[in-house]
Amino acid sequence: MAIFVNADTKVIVQGLTGGQGKYHGLRNQAYGTQVVGGVTPGKGGTDVEGIPVFNTVAEAVAATGADASFIAVPPKAASAAILEAAAAGIRFIVCITEGIPAQDEAKVYNTLLRDYPNTRLLGPNCPGIISPGKCNIGITAGEIAQLPTAKGPNVGIVSRSGTLTYQALYELKQRGIGVSTCVGIGGDPVPGTNFIDCLREFQADPETHAIIMIGEIGGSAEEEAAEFIKANVTKPMSAYIAGVTAPEGKKMGHAGAITSGGKGTAQGKMDALRAAGVKVGLNPTEAGDLMAEIVATL
Amino acid sequence: MDLFEYQGKQYFARYDIPVSPGDVAYTVDEAVAAAEMAGYPVVVKAQVQVGGRGKAGGIKLADTPDEVRLHAGNILGMDIKGHLVKRVWVEHASDISKEYYASYSLDRAAKKHLLMLSAEGGVEIEAVAVSNPDAIVLLHIDPVDGISLAVARDAAVRANIDEEAVDGVADMLVKLYDCFTRGDCDLAEINPLILRPDGGVHALDAKVSLDNNAAFRHPEWDEFRATEELDEREQLARTHDLQYIGLDGTVGIIANGAGLAMSTLDVVNQVGGTAANFLDIGGGANADMMAAALGVINSDENVKSILINIFGGITRGEEVAKGIVEALGRVDLRAPIVIRLDGTNAEEGREILANAGIPESKLTSKPTMLEAARAAVALANGN
Repeated sequence: MAIFVNADTKVIVQGLTGGQGKYHGLRNQAYGTQVVGGVTPGKGGTDVEGIPVFNTVAEAVAATGADASFIAVPPKAASAAILEAAAAGIRFIVCITEGIPAQDEAKVYNTLLRDYPNTRLLGPNCPGIISPGKCNIGITAGEIAQLPTAKGPNVGIVSRSGTLTYQALYELKQRGIGVSTCVGIGGDPVPGTNFIDCLREFQADPETHAIIMIGEIGGSAEEEAAEFIKANVTKPMSAYIAGVTAPEGKKMGHAGAITSGGKGTAQGKMDALRAAGVKVGLNPTEAGDLMAEIVATL
Repeated sequence: MDLFEYQGKQYFARYDIPVSPGDVAYTVDEAVAAAEMAGYPVVVKAQVQVGGRGKAGGIKLADTPDEVRLHAGNILGMDIKGHLVKRVWVEHASDISKEYYASYSLDRAAKKHLLMLSAEGGVEIEAVAVSNPDAIVLLHIDPVDGISLAVARDAAVRANIDEEAVDGVADMLVKLYDCFTRGDCDLAEINPLILRPDGGVHALDAKVSLDNNAAFRHPEWDEFRATEELDEREQLARTHDLQYIGLDGTVGIIANGAGLAMSTLDVVNQVGGTAANFLDIGGGANADMMAAALGVINSDENVKSILINIFGGITRGEEVAKGIVEALGRVDLRAPIVIRLDGTNAEEGREILANAGIPESKLTSKPTMLEAARAAVALANGN
């Protein structure tokens, strides 16, 4: 088991003929992911190293039976690409594009909610998802993810930050702890999938025995997650929140990483998670150490 | 990007939101000319991006050219909470019957747009939210639907806007929403939104924050960008597309990814150091960008050591290493580097650094983030 994706997931890459799409699409395929097609308007009928390219998502889905899409197109084209995938019946969309206008994101999110309730969007501006040994969609280097074991214990990872997602994978790999699925939800203000969506799936997934959550300053997603954890998550958790020393009122790289009026601070988030029974580390290594302690008791 | 009041008003005017007639002035003579155009009496307003301008003496009423001369002379060059006043906005003084508040922003938790409307304007809305929360109408708007005149009217009535102003305010709310959405604002706020004795309503102030991600479809933003007050290092970083924020500490930081960069700041702090900056070289950074990043850090006189923290995903270790070698050949760095390199092609990167003949006094490599931070802080603190 894994969450959202597994060995049967068939993926198309929107933007397969572009630099990023080609590089990461082929890397995902080399990892063992079923990359069954690509979509680039005007380039239908060609191929990228044997992977067929189609003009539209609908054509790609009809020809390949794809149920997931990896979107690697520029910000201007990303909103339309997401909606095209949803309209073609794709159930899981991963969008790595950074720099989509917030107004577009809000509109896309609410359009999906209303017109395509069965489609899940991961991202935008996220590293993607990896279920080690089964499926890797996005830009994560597969070799830093420890394979899960049949009897466990295995850990699920959910993170708002790309590089800290890798750091979390790496911390577990160093300690030989298996990973069930690692989800990077992205650092934008309106993520398609949030912490709670992932926590709910991890709680229900029999292959996941513990969960690491990596948050950062800005917004209230971590506080909302803490409420959810208190009420619904029985699996043990560790966490880390980036940005303890971030100055107020400055966007720290990510569009969503900003504190204002004393809200969205790392301290507030850490306090909320601790109150929900989560072991909170002050840096990624400490969160890894805390997880190792948890795993030792399982 | 935050706009000055006068830019916000000019931006409002693009979306047919009524504002007071006026002009921006950089000199006393320009201020007098602007006053003639606007018509006396006028208000001379300091243009700085900080609250409390009035209390600081940065907003003055003038009835004559001499008074404009006096006030503009005093206000230009004034220091308001550390902000130097370089320009004033001179506008026709409005007769005010009532002051209201209106704003649109994104409610991240609800993932909808949020209208805030209150009949108690002209004061800080945060203060109203504490003293009299019922005086603020909060209305979520689905970005797919937008706001209709009927919904806007209903909100105005619920906010206890005076009857004679309801239609004008409703019209204003629809136009402000248009500005907020089509104009790609993170925040569009009018405080105060005034009712005049003649029954008209208009925006007496403007607070606008633009979404930088949408700059590609707004060529008209270029003129706003030109007046953005960045320090020298921030300017330099921007020309190289680096995400840089200057801080006060002594350890220069370079990391790939916003999260890792934030985390690096945290770890430096935890081991007893202080960060000189936040710098994210982004995914896919190459040798050129690394060299540019080191150049930016090197222009900061406070920097005593440089911590480079790279976890390769898209970013490749050998590119990072090449950039460091190149930068060391190009510029004489003021401080030693401590590097932690992991992830994609990290081995190759470490090899390049090891074989480049760089003395240990200039560069050391550490296997983990924590050890690298400790080493960089020890260097910065002179241990």
